[in-house]
Amino acid sequence: MSLRTPLGRAHGLGSAKDGTHHWWVMRLSSIALVPLMLWLIFSLATLAGTGYEATLAWAAKPLNTVLLILGVGVMFHHIRMGLQTVIEDYVHSEGKKFTVLIAMTFLTWLLAIIGIVAILRIAFGS
Amino acid sequence: MAQFVLPINSRIKKGKTFKAEGATNVKRFNIYRWDPDSGENPRIDTYEVDLDTCGPMVLDAVIKIKDEMDSTLSFRRSCREGICGSCAMNIDGTNTLACTKAIDEIKGDVNIYPLPHMKVVKDLIPEMTHFYAQYASIKPWIQTQTPPPPDSERLQSKEERARLDGLYECILCACCSTSCPSYWWNGDRYLGPAILLQAYRWIVDSRDEVTGERLDALEDPFKLYRCHTIMNCTRTCPKGLNPAKAIAEIKKLMVVRR
Repeated sequence: MSLRTPLGRAHGLGSAKDGTHHWWVMRLSSIALVPLMLWLIFSLATLAGTGYEATLAWAAKPLNTVLLILGVGVMFHHIRMGLQTVIEDYVHSEGKKFTVLIAMTFLTWLLAIIGIVAILRIAFGS
Repeated sequence: MAQFVLPINSRIKKGKTFKAEGATNVKRFNIYRWDPDSGENPRIDTYEVDLDTCGPMVLDAVIKIKDEMDSTLSFRRSCREGICGSCAMNIDGTNTLACTKAIDEIKGDVNIYPLPHMKVVKDLIPEMTHFYAQYASIKPWIQTQTPPPPDSERLQSKEERARLDGLYECILCACCSTSCPSYWWNGDRYLGPAILLQAYRWIVDSRDEVTGERLDALEDPFKLYRCHTIMNCTRTCPKGLNPAKAIAEIKKLMVVRR
């Protein structure tokens, strides 16, 4: 039982003075992903049927390498922030929330780095 | 986690049916009933209302039911003209004011529940304490350092006054906030559309001098940024206001001032 006043409860711990950066970066990454994903879908469509070697050669071209890395980086950043919002929305016990948030952050970073390293290896032919 | 299934003692059972004897123009009203003193689960009671002897609005029917059929039915009402916000309830699947919702707008039975995801005091009466405390928390009054001009009021230009249109009309009925899934899941910390619209009403008031402090108090992942532009608030507002737009304007100001 709590005898705290309703206003005290409504104020809670006060404002975190945060959230604007998160909101703004979500918008920026959404805008960036529109051309990047259109380019990727268009490129993959034209590559369809050309075979493994041709696809590797395509990915190794400098412009394509840069755009692929950009796409993977922006996409996983966007995914991480989006999942953070979903977890904050639906997971209400603080302990579970932080555990899931930390696991999700590590996993998205890991997947992003795996993707970027794979692209670099194709680009530099190792 | 968010709950998607009602707890056992909140599950709704079938209740009694009250017949309208000898009436020819009958409409069935299925109304949520819960009495905290009985210890029983909530139930849906069905009332057959004779529309020939009933006013045009849902509130007229609910008052008729209480007067003539079942005096134990509890609900809030006051002005009966859409300005007090007391009779906000979930009618035909949408939060609205019973006094401005016409019965003939509703096809088939009229289903009436209390505002969603609020604690219920009794029947159609939701517990509003936290909602009002959240309203108090945004300091909904003018704050200034400059003393008012002697013997006159604080002036606004016509354009400055026009910015309050679409905001000052809010009657705090809570239809929007209780239609918002974000408010359902995180209403303890998220302020919800009604309170954020009221906060914006003071942020854009040209006479107020603490705009920055108001924005500071809102800049929070939960107080403000739980709004995911679901837009239920704007769809349901019985006064035709646009809380989602007010929230979007607050978010824009947050970016502008960085």
